[in-house]
Amino acid sequence: MSTHVADTVENAIATPDKEQPYAALGLKPDEYAQIREILGRRPTSGELAMYSVMWSEHCSYKSSKMYLRQFGQKVSEKMKEKLMVGMGENAGVVDVGEGWAVTFKVESHNHPSYIEPFQGAATGVGGIVRDIISMGARPVAIMDQLRFGAIDHPDTARVVNGVVSGISFYGNCLGLPNIGGETYFDSVYQGNPLVNALSVGVLRHEDLHLANASGVGNKIVLFGARTGGDGIGGASILASDSFDAAGPTKRPAVQVGDPFAEKVLIECCLELYRLGLVEGIQDLGAAGISCATSELAANGDGGMIVHLEEVLLRDPTLTAEEILMSESQERMMAVVEPSKLDAFLAVVAKWDVETSVLGEVTDTGRLIIHHFGEEIVNVDPSTVAVDGPVYERPVAYPLWLDALQKDSASTLPRATSGAELREQVIRLVASPNLADKSFITDQYDYFVMGNTALSFPDDAGMIRVDEESGLGFAIATDANGRYCQLDPYAGARLALAEAYRNVAVSGAVPVAVTDCLNFGSPENPEVMWQFKQAVEGLADGCLELEIPVTGGNVSFYNQTGDQPIFPTPVVGVLGIIDDVARRIPSAWQDEGNNIYLLGYTRDELDGSAWAGTIHDHLGGLPPILDLSTEMDLAGLLQGAAIESLVLSAHDLSDGGLAQALAESVMRFGVGARVWLNDIIERDGVDATAALFSESTARVLVSVDREDDVRFVGLCNARNYPVLRIGVTDQRGDDAVLDVQGQFIIPVSEIRERSNETLPKYFG
Amino acid sequence: MRIGVITFPGSLDERDAQRAIRLAGAEPVALWHGDHDIQNVDAIVLPGGFSYGDYLRAGSIASHAPIMAEVIDAANKGVPVLGICNGFQMLAEARLLPGAHTRNAHQHFIRRDQRLRVENNTTVWTSNFEQGAEIIIPLKNADGRYIADAETIKRIEGNGQVTFRYVGLNPNESMNDIAGVSNERGNVVGLMPHPEHAVEPGFGPNTAVAMRSGLDGLKFFTSVIQNTLLANA
Repeated sequence: MSTHVADTVENAIATPDKEQPYAALGLKPDEYAQIREILGRRPTSGELAMYSVMWSEHCSYKSSKMYLRQFGQKVSEKMKEKLMVGMGENAGVVDVGEGWAVTFKVESHNHPSYIEPFQGAATGVGGIVRDIISMGARPVAIMDQLRFGAIDHPDTARVVNGVVSGISFYGNCLGLPNIGGETYFDSVYQGNPLVNALSVGVLRHEDLHLANASGVGNKIVLFGARTGGDGIGGASILASDSFDAAGPTKRPAVQVGDPFAEKVLIECCLELYRLGLVEGIQDLGAAGISCATSELAANGDGGMIVHLEEVLLRDPTLTAEEILMSESQERMMAVVEPSKLDAFLAVVAKWDVETSVLGEVTDTGRLIIHHFGEEIVNVDPSTVAVDGPVYERPVAYPLWLDALQKDSASTLPRATSGAELREQVIRLVASPNLADKSFITDQYDYFVMGNTALSFPDDAGMIRVDEESGLGFAIATDANGRYCQLDPYAGARLALAEAYRNVAVSGAVPVAVTDCLNFGSPENPEVMWQFKQAVEGLADGCLELEIPVTGGNVSFYNQTGDQPIFPTPVVGVLGIIDDVARRIPSAWQDEGNNIYLLGYTRDELDGSAWAGTIHDHLGGLPPILDLSTEMDLAGLLQGAAIESLVLSAHDLSDGGLAQALAESVMRFGVGARVWLNDIIERDGVDATAALFSESTARVLVSVDREDDVRFVGLCNARNYPVLRIGVTDQRGDDAVLDVQGQFIIPVSEIRERSNETLPKYFG
Repeated sequence: MRIGVITFPGSLDERDAQRAIRLAGAEPVALWHGDHDIQNVDAIVLPGGFSYGDYLRAGSIASHAPIMAEVIDAANKGVPVLGICNGFQMLAEARLLPGAHTRNAHQHFIRRDQRLRVENNTTVWTSNFEQGAEIIIPLKNADGRYIADAETIKRIEGNGQVTFRYVGLNPNESMNDIAGVSNERGNVVGLMPHPEHAVEPGFGPNTAVAMRSGLDGLKFFTSVIQNTLLANA
């Protein structure tokens, strides 16, 4: 056992002038002073541990809170219709009809994934899945949004292989289909990769649970994995400062994941919900027991008493502060009525899950924590969990932005022959950001659960919710950091629009949004300006589209050296589809279908993949976006899906029409004959723009010849621009992409060039 | 016709196996690893997953689960038993099937639509296939590389116990391209690919005809249903 003597409340009162290592724990002098004022005394070391982690940027959102409020304010009546639980809970919940609800959220696990890519990414999956469970839902899908450094940098393979193996190991072992995501490479992420993880859960309306500690006398029960010394960087500072023991403990700062324990925990929690044995379940993530107890108590109506020595430990030498701060994975905290405790314990025992009763709900209004009979914490829980500091950080328009925006890609040299265009198409197809991602996605299981209707490389993932009716949801995420660097307001809206479009092309109706806002340091006024612009753009965009943000996450301090990452607001859009049998895949599967392009093409190459890949150029202004046009397009696609008029639909985004065509012929090996002259003539653009422009509100669709008249009629009736630009051609070894009058590329060549890029660096 | 599906801690595809049984026309029965009871079912499926996290050897701890005593007893009496992926690994660990599994040669988890050849259609789980038929069944594993000593390989090849072989690509460098094997009697079959993921239009593997349209997995279950009905007739 530990020989440490805990710093008690009594001791804190008796030694008011004791020096405390608040700065090393990340607290500012005024924050420390505020804690002393709240308590009317100095904090105990345990209280200091709790405040320091709960008031950290990660847990308190102290720099972002004032901006995030917009998501709750810029809301129309229609946006509230389907919203069952909004922002502020573990995850948002949306009514998808037929008595079903869907809960979903995306979160970051960026910094741990650079230090220890495998465990960082693995526990990122584990953490977001526990958020979903705590809403009373069964997790049914995951996705990851990954951004790495330059593909040819010597350190990138370490991070990529670690992260992908970690996601594969954890997600597959958990039995959750991985149905999509993103992978980008850019040197701005070299020393700070972004590893975002998204999970979706489904539940019946009546199974919805919120985590709060209510009902005096209800038991507080910790169950799942034992508490160990992982993920407690900060606590070792306390330990080494407060005690003269054997010096600072050397423990991993990154948590270690055990997906088997989590899988068992999922089944155990779902059984507890089903049998009505819990009032609520709170997951333990960042800040561990500190967070779970203070949030449960703050969200409840009374107080809580916890006996910390009851926590089951993996390492019996842990100090009280370490136990409070430990981020050991696969743990949950339940609120249980005393009369149901025996039944609760029986279910937990059935699943061989370890558990201990820590304490109970009280009416004191205080969170009181004892350790071997001594009071080491006595706080108002809302001062820890809710009413943390809020900062209005200085904001400054980046002066370099004017020059960047003036440096348009429109004057860059363009191809002057078909042969040159061909070469550029191939270079784009093989470029790291557009190349085939099978090397990564082949390591993920999408079959498990048997409900996956669409998954990578389709534009959206789609899961059947109800096996009888076919009701399902679609989900897609997007963020283009290059656009956001050029204009964060526009960039955030473009990310929203692309995710929205990706859901629409699958045939689903977009209904809700989650976001993971990855930015540099909030202490940098230029970064804060980027953040402010991006949040405004996203909130305004959601209001225009009338789909609410239901939850998400902010990750600051993402930078390589002094260089902040591109602003990277990852936006996830969830859609509903009445019957997944009517889903629309992204690529054509048969010969002899007509190929149509929906939407107008403008000469928009600023920030494009073409500018980046062919000219190593980033400058100008991102493409024009009109969200009402995007809504028209989505409506058109839903109409087409209901009448089964389109065989495939693929969003045009990075790499423009050229990349969309390449992906469409590669997918099922069915070639295409395409002509550009109608686009060039109608839209007044040249061949380079026709192929590589990234104009918004455009989709490539294939239509059975029999449905031609009806399809064009539908577009005309809705006044949406449509052009027939080609036909699908033969499949097999001789399949080609023939862009008439310009070039012909064998599908085998496109595929080979697209497939070889990732294995070359990571295989 | 009742077919039991055992849930072990860490089983993942047991609901899928139950759905496949239902779609094939039989009644799925949920069995629990900790019970000494197979509820008098007509056949047993050991589903895929990562039982006990596969932290020791894949399938090894589960092969000692309480219910495995009854499974071994039933198998020895001729009750049809199918082990899918982790279930195959358990059956090998329990010595109901020959051979063993190691980490895939390329060290990665792999998920793909896998072509297989049916090498023996005389087992109770494969009789509805044509001998030599090529089928597509999803594969997904990290420890799927089939190995055995030379003598065992010779014996099972000679006895026709190699039930399925990988075609086109051997995804993990399994010996002799072996994807699945049976016991000598032909009532116990194990394979690494997942037939329960190729039973429903829209959710199966891609085929030459259309995406996610593969239904070859259904025949595993219709075979055992038909054979059981014939045996009971």
